[in-house]
Amino acid sequence: MAADRPNPVTPQLLAGFGAAVLFAAVVPHLVSDFTSFQFTQAMAYGIALLGLNILTGYNGQFSIGHSAFYAVGAYTAAILLYHFEWNHYATLPVAALVAFAVGFLFGLPALRLEGLYLALATFAFAVATPQLLKFDAFEHWTGGVQGLFVPKPEPLIEGLSADQSLYYVTLAVMVFLMIVAWCLLHSRSGRAIMAIRDNPIAASTMGINTALYKTTTFGISAMYTGIAGALSVFVTEFVAPDAFNFFLAVNLLVGSVVGGIVSIPGVIFGGLFLVFVPNFAQDISRAYPFVPPPWAIFGIFLILAIYFVPFGVWGAVERGFAWWKRKSAAGR
Amino acid sequence: MHIRKMLAATAAAALLAGTAQAADMTGITDTTIKIGNTNPYSGPASVYSTIGKTIAAYFKMVNEMGGVQGRQIDFISLDDGYSPPRTVEQVRKLVEQEQVALLFQTLGTPTNSAIHRYVNAKKVPHLFLATGASKWGQPDKFPWTMGFQPTYDVEGEIYAKYVLENVEDPKIAVLFQNDDYGKDYRDGFLHGLGDKADELVVSMLPYEVTDPTVDSQIVAMKDSGANVFFNITIPKFAAQAIRKSCEIEWKPVHLLNNVSSSVGATLTPAGLECSKGLITALYVKDPVDPQWKDDPGYKEWVGFMEKHMPGSDMTDANYAYAYNVSKLMHHLLDTCEELSREGIMMCAASMKGVELPMIMPGITINTAPDDFYPIQSEQLARFDGERWVTFGDVIHVGDD
Repeated sequence: MAADRPNPVTPQLLAGFGAAVLFAAVVPHLVSDFTSFQFTQAMAYGIALLGLNILTGYNGQFSIGHSAFYAVGAYTAAILLYHFEWNHYATLPVAALVAFAVGFLFGLPALRLEGLYLALATFAFAVATPQLLKFDAFEHWTGGVQGLFVPKPEPLIEGLSADQSLYYVTLAVMVFLMIVAWCLLHSRSGRAIMAIRDNPIAASTMGINTALYKTTTFGISAMYTGIAGALSVFVTEFVAPDAFNFFLAVNLLVGSVVGGIVSIPGVIFGGLFLVFVPNFAQDISRAYPFVPPPWAIFGIFLILAIYFVPFGVWGAVERGFAWWKRKSAAGR
Repeated sequence: MHIRKMLAATAAAALLAGTAQAADMTGITDTTIKIGNTNPYSGPASVYSTIGKTIAAYFKMVNEMGGVQGRQIDFISLDDGYSPPRTVEQVRKLVEQEQVALLFQTLGTPTNSAIHRYVNAKKVPHLFLATGASKWGQPDKFPWTMGFQPTYDVEGEIYAKYVLENVEDPKIAVLFQNDDYGKDYRDGFLHGLGDKADELVVSMLPYEVTDPTVDSQIVAMKDSGANVFFNITIPKFAAQAIRKSCEIEWKPVHLLNNVSSSVGATLTPAGLECSKGLITALYVKDPVDPQWKDDPGYKEWVGFMEKHMPGSDMTDANYAYAYNVSKLMHHLLDTCEELSREGIMMCAASMKGVELPMIMPGITINTAPDDFYPIQSEQLARFDGERWVTFGDVIHVGDD
């Protein structure tokens, strides 16, 4: 099925991508600092969703524990900032490496688990993480229940506010990571990753080292999510264990499915959904007394999304585009 | 202490100087005043959502009666799900988009920690937080943040004061939960004992919240020869500790922290007979205690609940708590002469002898520019086998 593969490079795709990046670049000058801050949050989620998509959408391994990798990245950055006073952006590669290592190691036992069982193992990881962060032996480093404060990064360019500057950094990181993901999935390794999803036995018969690919994919996925976690710390200027509970893990899965789990650009829609829909639900629930409570509205939106765009927002865009192409070809 | 006071005085002077220039009237018009709040309406701590709902009902009632100083209260309460990043987002929304005049009763320790610096940088009054941690009273460092309830370390100090004044030759055993809550109590208690703490405390043992029982700690404490036992535990472990010390016939002066003072949740499972003689510190009138049946404050609260929150479970102490704190905010806004952000903060830092309907008689709200702890007194009570019976005077700690 064409939709299970990353899109080929076409002039339209490049033009669309360029236009989207340009548009994203002017947004902070059109909206308030608070809205820029919300978009930055959405992009940070988007990067985490990208990691989840590579793992679940393209490699076929389930995870409902990505909140744990998000926490690993967040705490790596926070500890370097708080205890060692590093430069903000220097913490990003370290957070990426640490999250990769944790993800790779977690991938090893995960090799023996398939489908639901893997999902349960990652679930256990997600549930354990907030408790581990509160654990006494690590308290000196993690700040325990109280968490750690970090300063907001200074604006990179004079004239920008701190929120605008962080928006641009996050945008740049997201665009870069999207291109890297696209290149990865279009390479030999990418085809191997997808072959394992489609038919693991056939893949290993073809000479693909399934174990190595699966653990490495787990590591890469965790790395993306870890980078997202580190960026989220810059945004909120604070980490505490309660931020990385199981609810975050489920939210990431929701965002991934809503955006389109087998897609790269879909993560933007997933991130926007996670930030703006709960707020929107709360606003309309507050404005009209006959509207049900916010999370019920969120649920309704979610069901509508699944019903009308079962392949996610990006899946719908792709299908719409294919339909339009067929139609115009037939019209000619 | 002197330096702290000087700093606080400087901070207060800076506040005054601020008002001499243009006062910050954000969120305050001639007809309305906007108040922001975050509360966990969803998520693991949503049991506290009754507090947000009660405050909303209270302000609705105030608006029906004409508002405060001719202004209607626009109370905006948003859900943060007890997640610190969500709190940051919601509070930024309240401050930057909704342009609230002040934040009131934002709930939770980690959640308030996440916004502590932000609100102080933005100079938004951050008043009467719903958390017992001790860090909300630092006017020199955080002149815009003020707590409400007696903090755990204040309560610890109150027990220390009682022991020093009433127990002859005390030998003290302390059992505490090994986390921020337990350590706050413990440190306040040790601070209250002063220089003699090292000699007086003969046994100090922690437990983890994941432990199955505290039986071995109780046995060790009996063997240490202690005649005073300060029991810093949550209800489950408090019940175990009470029962075990009863079984092995260890009968010290048993001080039980307020956290576990519920008759239903702690004392009944421990055994009411074993619980006789326990001492705790109270500051809120227990809604199920029959001694308040004819008390005007209690009647006022019941009247409010029946009219504006019908069908609520009146045994839930959070309703009484929320009523108290709403009443305090109402009083503050009603009596404050200068309604601006700076003015409200100055009024909050100069409350004297304010009484609240569901607070123990004799306990009043007192603040000063260098004292951001509104409640620093509690009333000791002894369990008589059925209910807590108050005794002695209200015990007060702190500077004022």
